[in-house]
Amino acid sequence: MSSPIVEMKNIEKHFGSVIALAGVSFSVMPGEVHCLLGDNGAGKSTFIKTMSGVHKPSKGEIFVDGQKQVFESPRDAMNAGIATVHQDLAMIPLMSITRNFWLGREPVKKFGPVSYFDHKYANEVTMKEMSRMGINLREPDQAVGTLSGGERQTVAIARAVYFGAKVLILDEPTSALGVRQTANVLSTMDKVRKKGVGVVFISHNVRHAMAVGDRFTVLNRGKTLGTAKKGDITTEELQDLMAGGQELASLEASLGGTV
Amino acid sequence: MSDLAVESTDERVKKISLISRLMKRPELGAIAGLALVTLFFLFTADPRMFTLAGIMNFMTPAAQLGILAIGAALLMIGGEFDLSVGSMVAFTGLIFGAAMVTFDLPLFAAIIVTFMAATAMGALNGQIVIRTGLPSFIVTLAFLFILRGLSLVGLKAATGGSTQLRGIRQEFEGSWLAEFFSGEAFTPLFYWLAESGWIDTFKSGKPKVDGVPVDIIWFLLLALAATWVLLRSRYGSWIFAAGGDSNAASNSGVPVRTVKMYLFMFTACCAALVAILTVMDAGSTDARRGFQKEFEAIIAAVIGGCLLTGGYGSAIGAFFGSIIFGMVLIGLSYTNIDQDWYLVFLGSMLLIAVLFNNMIRKRVTGER
Repeated sequence: MSSPIVEMKNIEKHFGSVIALAGVSFSVMPGEVHCLLGDNGAGKSTFIKTMSGVHKPSKGEIFVDGQKQVFESPRDAMNAGIATVHQDLAMIPLMSITRNFWLGREPVKKFGPVSYFDHKYANEVTMKEMSRMGINLREPDQAVGTLSGGERQTVAIARAVYFGAKVLILDEPTSALGVRQTANVLSTMDKVRKKGVGVVFISHNVRHAMAVGDRFTVLNRGKTLGTAKKGDITTEELQDLMAGGQELASLEASLGGTV
Repeated sequence: MSDLAVESTDERVKKISLISRLMKRPELGAIAGLALVTLFFLFTADPRMFTLAGIMNFMTPAAQLGILAIGAALLMIGGEFDLSVGSMVAFTGLIFGAAMVTFDLPLFAAIIVTFMAATAMGALNGQIVIRTGLPSFIVTLAFLFILRGLSLVGLKAATGGSTQLRGIRQEFEGSWLAEFFSGEAFTPLFYWLAESGWIDTFKSGKPKVDGVPVDIIWFLLLALAATWVLLRSRYGSWIFAAGGDSNAASNSGVPVRTVKMYLFMFTACCAALVAILTVMDAGSTDARRGFQKEFEAIIAAVIGGCLLTGGYGSAIGAFFGSIIFGMVLIGLSYTNIDQDWYLVFLGSMLLIAVLFNNMIRKRVTGER
């Protein structure tokens, strides 16, 4: 395998006296889906925010393509090719798909001194990119609010990929979706991976992770419990790691293995 | 990439008709409202209302309100309110009057000073809202009183005790710039039309309407410019996004704070423009100028399809909303109906518009 696109070494993050991250190392290879698993409060969000430039790490280093980087803002991370699809999606329901797709990076055409939003080109690209992700739009100027949750995720992912993301961070993309929608999002992730983009998939659903993941890293109480390759670990083992072992094993027995 | 994939369609989506397409436009309510109001006056009002002179008659107050409403509409789409625009008209009117009468500045300089004052006040409003995160409703409500008070105090100081500052007309008479801010435009055209018998004339042969009041021209230009910005420029997207979800917008790289700042400054400048136009028309300025205009402007914007929660609306809607206002305000005097019904109308229109807009929004977003 080639070298990692993003490598994070011994990341620590303290909020006052609270140690949110106590030395986490993590890397993303091109064309892989790296799942970051952990229960609530494990430090997944803090870690992701460090990676996407929202938080500055208290200690530790971030390398992008082998170069050391310090992200002062989410803009810096975006410029380095790290795109995040947030839980709140960064989509504006009342605006059209095209406008959402291009938001903040509108293509402009010049007419004399006036520059205007090139709607025709923007619409064409949006339609094309969306159909590559397997969604055929009726019209690109329909409001995002009319799309289903899975379709909105796909717009957000398609947008990030189109604008040259090398690493795509998906923060709990499947947590609010139904079965069918989840399958769509997972298959979109697969399409993205095949383009050579590194995907960081945050989830606390082991099944979803197992379905697409190439590598799995489990966080617990701000620490990594290790990284495993696909095939080296079973669903049950992952589940145990996430929940911190024994307690869940006994719980699971009483629930008949349905968790 | 081949374009083949693009053309394949999903069999589950049916073609949507032109009507349901139109139903999704935010300004539809205002256009329907305007049609209704026009019909109403066609049947009840003296036919003189719809002569050229009558139309100019109701379009002038519509334009003065409309300039404010377009500013209010853009700001509302951007997710903020400005309740201080009415007081801003009085305040900038005072600045304008005092600059010319008290400080004896030429018209050109007075206009620049007025716009600078408006921009500064708009920026102050904007900065407080953005930095504190307080609702703009409260911040600008404070400025509604502060600016009205300052106008009163300032007028007394400038005039030595009176709340009216007179003698502005002599100051700008003969200035080449005055043509753009007072009187009528296209006068030669109207004389030519009169000579050719196209429009009504007095017995002397002078046309009954000798031009289009400049207020109307400004109103039209502003409505066109605002619509163009909203629909055809990238800033339009940013304004919609800032109002739709400011968090999501900044995550996408939209400079939300800057957008909102400019909107506050633009709204204040609209108020300054109205102040200059009306002060030059009246030749004086007083403390009650622009009284309660903030509410009328917001109502016109809402009738025009703006959502109170931001992120949706149109400038052309506010344009039609303002014409409805002007029509009813002036139109009632052409009928036998008591003028004071105007206020009842104002409230009812707002209520109907809000209900209607709610329905439209649900259609647009597919909410059920």
